[in-house]
Formats: sequence, structure tokens, C-alpha cells
Amino acid sequence: MKNSRFFPLYVAGWLGLLGWPTVGWTQATTPAPAEGPMLTQPVVLGMLGLLLVIVVGAMLVLVSRVAALVRSAQPPAADNEAGRFDATLTNLTPRQLAALVARQQAQAFHLSGQELGSAAPVRDALGVVQHVALEVHAPWFHEKRRTAPFADLDPRLTRLVAAYLLCAAFWLVLGTTVGWYVGVKFVRPDVDHVAALSFGRLRPVHTNMVFWGWSSLAMLGLGHFVVPRTNNVPLHSLRWGWWALGLINASVLLGSLCLLNGINNGGGEYREYIWPVMLLFALGVLLCFANFYQTVARRTTEEFYISNWYILGATVWGVVLTVIGYLPFYQNELGETITQGYYMHMGVGMWFMTFMLGLMYYFLPMSLNKPIYSYSLGVLAFWTQLLFYTMIGTHHYIFSPLPWWLQTVAIVFSVGMLIPVLAGTINFLMTFRGGRKRVGDSYSLPFLLMGVLFYFTGSLQGSLQALRYTNLVWHFTDFNVAHSHLTMYGIIAFMLWGCIYSLAPRLRGREPRQGLVGVHFWCALVGLLAYAMALMMGGTLKGQSWLALEPFLKSVVLMAPYWLWRALGGTLMLLAHFVFLYNLVDMLLLGKTAALAAAPIPTLVPHADEILESV
Amino acid sequence: MKSWNLYKNHRLFTGTVFLGFVGLSTLIAVQPAARMQADNAPLPTAEALTPEQQAGLRVFIGEGCVACHTQQVRNIDMDQRWGTRPSLPADYAWHQRLDVWRATPSTLGSERTGPDLTEVAVRQPSDLWHLLHLYQPRSVVKESIMPAFPWLFQDSVAGTPAGLALHVPAGFREPGSHVIVPTRRAQQLVAYLLSLKQAPLPSGTPPTAFLALSPPKEAAPASRTPAGNAAPALDGAALYTTNCQPCHQANGEGLKGAFPPLKGSPVVNDKDATLMVNIVLQGYNPRPEYGVMPPFATKLSDAEIAAIISHERSTWGNAAAPITTDFVQKIRALVKPEPAL
Repeated sequence: MKNSRFFPLYVAGWLGLLGWPTVGWTQATTPAPAEGPMLTQPVVLGMLGLLLVIVVGAMLVLVSRVAALVRSAQPPAADNEAGRFDATLTNLTPRQLAALVARQQAQAFHLSGQELGSAAPVRDALGVVQHVALEVHAPWFHEKRRTAPFADLDPRLTRLVAAYLLCAAFWLVLGTTVGWYVGVKFVRPDVDHVAALSFGRLRPVHTNMVFWGWSSLAMLGLGHFVVPRTNNVPLHSLRWGWWALGLINASVLLGSLCLLNGINNGGGEYREYIWPVMLLFALGVLLCFANFYQTVARRTTEEFYISNWYILGATVWGVVLTVIGYLPFYQNELGETITQGYYMHMGVGMWFMTFMLGLMYYFLPMSLNKPIYSYSLGVLAFWTQLLFYTMIGTHHYIFSPLPWWLQTVAIVFSVGMLIPVLAGTINFLMTFRGGRKRVGDSYSLPFLLMGVLFYFTGSLQGSLQALRYTNLVWHFTDFNVAHSHLTMYGIIAFMLWGCIYSLAPRLRGREPRQGLVGVHFWCALVGLLAYAMALMMGGTLKGQSWLALEPFLKSVVLMAPYWLWRALGGTLMLLAHFVFLYNLVDMLLLGKTAALAAAPIPTLVPHADEILESV
Repeated sequence: MKSWNLYKNHRLFTGTVFLGFVGLSTLIAVQPAARMQADNAPLPTAEALTPEQQAGLRVFIGEGCVACHTQQVRNIDMDQRWGTRPSLPADYAWHQRLDVWRATPSTLGSERTGPDLTEVAVRQPSDLWHLLHLYQPRSVVKESIMPAFPWLFQDSVAGTPAGLALHVPAGFREPGSHVIVPTRRAQQLVAYLLSLKQAPLPSGTPPTAFLALSPPKEAAPASRTPAGNAAPALDGAALYTTNCQPCHQANGEGLKGAFPPLKGSPVVNDKDATLMVNIVLQGYNPRPEYGVMPPFATKLSDAEIAAIISHERSTWGNAAAPITTDFVQKIRALVKPEPAL
């Protein structure tokens, strides 16, 4: 792809075209009616300017192509290239000469064609062969590439990581069962009349359980693997890891019990747990931070890998935002509301998204077996994430009694989120470049790829939803529910699954059944799309009904089919989670794991070192 | 290895991201929140919550009502239906931390699956309606998807305070229940709901304007000035749905023991609609067995009232002549406008 360097320009141009008409709303509090000819309107001029960017860009490409054509038509300069080549050859050092001879021999090597043809048992001194199939069946599905287990794992760390992942999967299944039931109540509000199972109590049980139980524990579990791995030292303290796991599990359990019994902190989203319960969670995250920090401090290299910035950043920010969200001193009256906007968006952005990106910077290159495309884009994304994301909380309260300037700042920085999101997306997609075959051959990479695509779509959707016009149509409607699932599910959960499916088989050397991974992937994806599309369509109609000042009840009645579709999509998603739980148990708990230690794989490492040194 | 390179010195790096985030958070959240709290006071016309209403607020929060009900009138014209003016910071000045364990209630909300509650006490002042609605929302609003809250009620076979028993239509009772009586918590919750109305601005203050941001429509809704004679015909059925149906029901039959029927009602079918217009304008509460009818004089324009009454007089088998806007205007002039709520 020769034009790839124009890709950012293209994306920016098209996004500008999409976003520009709505940006107009952010400029004036009371938009003046259109006066004068169309060409004097700033919006129209901006639109023309954007088109001009494309035209000028195309012209530049055209000119450079023509110039190149002209240049190639001219005879090459009579340069003494052959003479220089000769001189190089005659002046080779013995070392270079030996290297060249070795290279020549390597190129001349051919397989005899008999290597795999005999019935003799496979001998594999290097540990390269991972899978031997003597009986070949015509497969129903394309067979995925096998995953080679890590050979040098501390089994105690493996146990810790496995415990985190299994707890997370348990909360996922339980939390989404609750979510599914809550979704069903939109269709059948009288399905039960039990106090603890009423909608208002179960909804926060669902959101908090999948936030703190599933996503947080899964991220932290993977973090306990990534941080020691990327710093090439053992984890600072396994005991701290277990303590943190216990604290967070206790927090989710106690918090859910409180909510079921009608004990709610104040109704603010994602901080429905009362402070003694949330304190346990914060302590757990603090313990993880200390553990990660001490592990990073033990490293012997000078620099520490980019994943660690994101993970250290997320754990620090996670603790800070929980403290700010729960300290009482500025939270009476509308102070509570400002803090709520800040807290609920920072929870998503500075905790989940940041941590997840840190994991992506390890697991994506690892799964693709190639380095990340650009370290610099990662640096840009990290600091802009800190600078822009922190400021956007109030975009949940556009047109509310909160200060107008605060709303405007939130909108401006929401648009600024384009920078970290585009930087991250481009970085990940460019890392994928050339790896299409690998994606097809892997059962973890499709999850990561969809996660990246949802990262782009979901995040930009969030930016556009912050604008004033979009708030007019969509605020307070089910559109927002669709958005939060596109992001927390499409981005976070899909990326987590991608990471887990690439790590878990390497922990114990046992792979999931690929057909079941396929069931998980497609049920989750189709379910999510059905869920989100239905709510986005219904939400749009609802907003239009409100704008037309129709009776409110009409907006409830018109949602019925969309709520039904949401429940159906949710059913598929829930099914996917049960399959995932089975796969995870299969990979981590079932099967023979002890035999693996005796495999010839450990000999691979010294061999490889010798070979590398000899070249 | 003391390095001043952020990416080589983990202590410097962690310190930077910590202080950077704390600094930005202070700037964008903590400081504005503290200022908002310090620089705010209730309107002089506002009434503080009574202990009973405070207790109701706790029930409101504990049951998670804020998941579906907002309490903010945004300053855009589509929110005009939820209040007479956009919400102001002063409206929330009585919001305080509930207790040591629980934070300040977050009532502004982020979803409007159900109606906004800023002025629910004005829209629906009948406690009987609220109790029925809480016991089983579908007994009064057929299409509602709100959860039923039967655990806020008890089934009292003997020793029941007679005045409190609810007349729940037969199909909507919990199986096996006899006499349905609201618990203390239900009464507190209703007391809280009935406290929800916008305090009027102190006299002389011009009301804050709504921003006219909705896309222009062909037929603008009726102006609030009574002289809207030339306005295009209003949809009486739609207005009925919004304003009257919660009690009098879609079929006009009301609910036995709670809300009187309009179908076949002598007042509705009376050739002379004076009494009916009068009831709509001023409200009605002389019969203890029925809920309170709120006054609509300040909520609806003459044209809207005329459209609604004409609709009621010609539907469900009612066959009285429609009335005109002028007629409503004439009666409104006779009824001395009471001071605004």
C-alpha cells in the first residue's frame, strides 16, 4: 500500500466531512437563523475547505507521480556503480566473507521432500513442531494455528493469573445473566414482583458487577502477567496479588448484596456501592499498583516497555478517581453532579480504556509475532489520553444547570479525543498490516481486530455524542445504552477475550476447542450488533418523538420492538459468555498439564541462543 | 541510574502521571464542584423537604428510581413539557449528603425511560394515583413498563385503617391479597414525589428562556397566549394522552374507586360545557372516594383545553357538541386567576 502515508489525511478528511455540520452547534448558544447566500455561511465554507483538502491532496499525488514518470524516462546518470560494487567485494573482512558464504549455503538448501513422509515417529529436538496429525479429516472449518505454550513460567504466577481470569469469567457470567434479566424486564415488566429482583436494584448490580468484577479483574489478572513479562523479572509479590484478588472479589460480592437489599450510595452511575465497599476495591487496585510498580523497579533494562506506562497510569488514576469520586467535601448540591460526570467518565476512560490499551500494546504484537507499528504514536496517545480524557466528564450533562463553560470545555475535549483514538487505532491497524493470513489462522486475533474496530467506532461515536445537536436528539434515550455497550463490551470485552485466548493456552499448554471459540466469537459479535443497532434505531425514534413534542407515552410504546430485539441480542451475548466460561475452564483447569513440563521444549532456549550467537 | 528521561525513570514517570491527573482533576472537577457548592442557595420561595419527604427520598434512591427518571429541565424547548422554566442550580441547593454511609443523591439522572419528575407534583397531585401507580403501574397506565412495587404495600386482612385501603382493579392485585394498604415507606415515597415542583422565581425576576433549538416544524404547537384563535387545529387526542389519560384512562372509563369515568358522564355530555371547563381550569376535589383532579389553568392554553374537551365530548360514545377556544377564554375570564403555584 504505497499511499498508506496519506491514510491519516484521508481519515481526517472524511471524519471532518461527517462531523462538521454538527460542530456548528457547539459554536453558538443560540444559533442565528441562516441569513444571506449559502456561500457566506461559515459551515458551508468549512465544508468547501475540507473538500479542497482532498482535491489539493489528489493534485499533489498526481504531480509527484508525473514528476516520477518524467524522471524515470530520462537515462540514468552514468555513475560508476559497478566499480563501487567491485571495491566492496574485494575489501571484505573475513568475518563478512564468512557471513556471506553462510548465507549462500542457506539459500542453496532445499528440503528433500521426504521429511514428513515416513511413518517413523516425529523427532523434534528443537521443539518447533507443535501438532502432529496422522489421520487427516476433512475439517468443517478452517483449522486455526496452534499456540505454543510458554516454557519458562513460574507455576505460582500461572496459578495467580488463572485465578484472576476464572473469577472474572464467573462475574461476567453472573453479571450478564443479571443484565439479560434486566433487559427482559423491558419486555415483560411483570415477570416477577420480588423486591431484590426489581429493575431499579438489579440494574446497578449488573453494571457494577461487569465493571469491577469482570472487566477489572480480567485486566488486573492479565496485568499480573504482562508487567513481570515485559520487565523480564519475577512479580514483586505473589501474596499481594492474591490479597488484591480477595479484596476486589469481596467488594463486588458485598456491593451486590447491598444493592439487592436496597442500600445504594446515592444512585450515581457506577458508584452505587457505598464507600466501605468501594474502599475494598480501591485498596485492591492500590495493592496491584504497588506490586506493578515494585516489579517495574526491579527491571535491569534502562527503559520500561510502553504497556507498563499504561498499566501504571491506569492503576494510579483508578485509585485517584475513586478517591475523588467518594470524598464528600465538595459533593453537596450540584457539586455531586459535577463529580458524577467526572467520575463516571474517568472510570471508563482512565481506568478501563487506559489499562486495556496497555494490555493491547503487549498482546497484539505478541499474537502477531511482530513489533508494534509505532512507539511514537503510543507516546502521543498516552499523553493526549491523560490531557483530553480527564476534561470531558461534563458532556453527560449538556443543557443541564451545570455551568455552560464546563459543558463547552467537555465538548471541546471530547472532540480532542480524536487524537488519542486515531493514534491508537492507526497504530494497531498498522501493526495488523500484512498479517491477514495470521488473523485468519488465529482464534484470538479476530477478537483483537474487532476490539480495535470497536475502539475506533465506539470512541468516535462518543465524541460525536458530546456535541450539542446530538444531545438534542439522543440524550436520555436508549442510544446511550447502545453506546456504553459498544464501548465497554465491543472494546473492552472483545479485547480482553483476545488477550485471554492468546494467553491462557500458553499458560497450561491446553487449547480450547476452536469450534467453541468460534461460537463464542460469533454469538458475542452478532448479539452485540443486534443489541446496539436496535437501541440506536429505537433511541433515534424516541428522540425524534420527544422533539416533535408527542405524548411521552408514545415514546415508550414505540420502543417495544427495539427492546425485544435488544433482549434477543442480549440472549446471544449471554450464550457466548457461558461458552467462554467453559473454554476458560477447559484451558486452565481441565486436561493434563503436568506432562508438558517434561516435553523437550526447554532445550529450545539454549539451542536458539547458540545459533544466534554463531551468526 | 538516575535519569531525567520519563521513560527510563519509573519514579519520575509515576509521579508525573499522578500529579498530572490530580492537577487536571482538580481543575475540571474538584474545584468547580467546590465552587458550585459554596456559591449556591435555595430560592427564597423554595420549601425544604420535611423529614417525611426526606425519608421518601431514601426510598427513591434505594429502589433505584433514578435509573429511569431524570430530574432536570434542560434549557431547550423540547423540555418545556417537564417544567415552567429550565432548572437552576438553586433548585438543587437542598441536596445534601444522606448520612455517613451514603452520598448526596444523584437525582439529575442520565436516562428518561420514564417521565422527568421535576414537576410531577404539579402534573399529578393525587396521592391516590401515586399509590395505585406504585402498587401496579399498569393498573393506571396500561402501556407503562415501570416495575411494580408491591413490597411497599401490605396485605392487611384484619385491623386495617379503612381510609388507607387501595381500590386496585381486580386483575392487578397480587395473588391472594385481600385489603391492600400502603406501608410507611410507600407513604414516605409518595410524600417525596408530591414535594417535587419547581419553586417560582422571586417576583420581578424574568423567567429564564428556553433555547429554541428544535428543528422548525410545519405546525408550531399552540402558543401559550390565550388569544391563539387562528392557530391550526390541535390534536385533542394527543393532548388527552399526555394530560388526562393517566387517570381517566384511554377508554375514558376511569378506574373504579379511584378516578371517575368520562364516558357517559353527565358533566361531559352536558350541552352547557361551563362546569366541565371550570373543573379543568380549577381542578376538583369534593368527592372523598375519588383522587384529586389538578387545576390546568396555568398548564394548558385555551386552545389546548378546547381541543381536549371537544375530544372528550365526542369519543367513547359521548355525543356532545365541540366547544371553541373563545368559550374557554370567556370562562377563564370569569374565573379569577389564582396566584401562580
